[in-house]
Amino acid sequence: MKTEEEKKCRELANNVRRHCLRMVYHGKSGHIGSMLSCAEILSVLYLRVLKNISPDNTKRPDRDRLIFSKGHGGGALFATLAELGYFPVSWLDGYYQDNGKLSGHISHHINGVEFSTGSLGHGLPISAGMAMYGHRQKKNHRIFCVVSDGDCNAGSTWESIMLAGQNGWDNLTMIVDYNRLQALGKSEDICNLEPFDEKLRGFGWAAEYVDGHDIPALDNILHRLPLQKGKPSAVICRTVKGKGVKTMENNFNWHYGPVTKEIYEKADAELAAMGV
Amino acid sequence: MRAAFNKTLLEIAKKDSRVHMILADIGYGEIEGFAEAFPDRFINCGVAEQNMTGVACGVAMEGNIAITYSIANFPTLRCLEQIRNDICYHNANVKIVIIGGGMAYGPLGISHHSTEDIAILRALPNMVVLAPCDIPEAVEATKAMMSYNGPVYYRCGYKKEPNIYDGPVPFSIGKANTVREGTDAALIFTGTIGYNCKLAVESLAQKGISCRLISMHTVKPIDKEAVIKAATETGAVITVEEHNLSGGLGSAVAEVLMDSGNGGIRFTRIALPDINVTKIGSQEWLRNQYGLGAADIAKKVEELLK
Repeated sequence: MKTEEEKKCRELANNVRRHCLRMVYHGKSGHIGSMLSCAEILSVLYLRVLKNISPDNTKRPDRDRLIFSKGHGGGALFATLAELGYFPVSWLDGYYQDNGKLSGHISHHINGVEFSTGSLGHGLPISAGMAMYGHRQKKNHRIFCVVSDGDCNAGSTWESIMLAGQNGWDNLTMIVDYNRLQALGKSEDICNLEPFDEKLRGFGWAAEYVDGHDIPALDNILHRLPLQKGKPSAVICRTVKGKGVKTMENNFNWHYGPVTKEIYEKADAELAAMGV
Repeated sequence: MRAAFNKTLLEIAKKDSRVHMILADIGYGEIEGFAEAFPDRFINCGVAEQNMTGVACGVAMEGNIAITYSIANFPTLRCLEQIRNDICYHNANVKIVIIGGGMAYGPLGISHHSTEDIAILRALPNMVVLAPCDIPEAVEATKAMMSYNGPVYYRCGYKKEPNIYDGPVPFSIGKANTVREGTDAALIFTGTIGYNCKLAVESLAQKGISCRLISMHTVKPIDKEAVIKAATETGAVITVEEHNLSGGLGSAVAEVLMDSGNGGIRFTRIALPDINVTKIGSQEWLRNQYGLGAADIAKKVEELLK
């Protein structure tokens, strides 16, 4: 990955973080931590990985599909799409507000959003259905599904993991935003997913960990897909909930926590400094 | 009816490569024809109805028609959120087919009865709710469902349902079928309980009571015109369904009557009481136990007309 390309991804991720912070502050909404943890995942996907996508034609049959299953972190997807011209950046200001265009969880009514999510455990089954069809029809496009820790509590997610592994749909990649914090605490204290990679391998997947904030590392692994021919791929991204804002990092209170004016101004300054 | 559905579906699938069957390990003895003819358009997801529903929706989002298919409540209630958020919200072209509507799987017990499905499914935006009454109507309903673009819930019967119609069966989604004309009262039914309604109407005819018999094969969107016409022309409406009293056909008809200013007519709903069915027996035996036998229906009509 060239330095310039890495820089573009970093800039996009940083802009997305600042948008998210502003959206959550003005909208008096939650989930900032979940948005901040996936900024690099989204920036690398959109700038480097997803093929045949365009704001002008989001229905191209040969496009790579991105199903963003962690709908609660959808503010980050909205911000990414706005930055890339899928809809006006000004729409972000109405996020979570009366008569705004953008809801707290993503909706397919917004240009560029492939599928609406919000209740966890829905994205991977949809992705598996798309992967089944694409695989059997020998299509070249790929299916990416971004899931959260909470998504991986849901039985439906594991139902899909079983089925995709069984059938070897190697056009399917599950990207886990593995920040290990969910709504009420640490994932390891609630339903420990470890040994996560071994579990997935046991279900017939190829699975690897990666630092989910390391842009070249993300870029590298996402250009090695499928991780193993004949198997679906799981890219388990070690991420930090609230990444980029020191007071929010690794603190589950920022799953829901409101962003006050004081916190907003301080955090935005912190993010602005990061972008320099 | 189950066999007729599968046969009709297979015929349609031969001509339309978009048709996929997404199963959850149910369909023994019926689905093999499809599975063998179209292995690339068939998958058994295992006993995993949420995944079955999500996979079907994903397949449908790619421009296909996906069928989910299982017994009674399995493809509806267990995966209701997938139906609501994934299928209905995206208006995906998924057909949810249940075998054994009502108490068709009688002695298997309440886990295998589907007696709240109409109420629940008709509350979902974009969902069409079909419940054919006999085999010819089921065949026509299958064809109509497959040419309709959008989510459909299809409440199939089970085996050897007797015919209700004498001649050919017209079928248009949202347009009720009048099985028999009548002037004193109108029986509006949905699904295979229609045969008992037919028997009731025939016995009432012998007593000089003329009943109109209407198959409301589409509970949603309901044929308002047929309901209002039945009310204004006969002055007495009786609904019959093998379903909980709450929220099903009777409720849907009552809504039409009240909304259209016909709330004052004579009206009664025949349905399962709002209890868990605990008695054990065949479908017909259970129907008789819970007031859905032909004689029970005839008696209720007479009481209403007194």
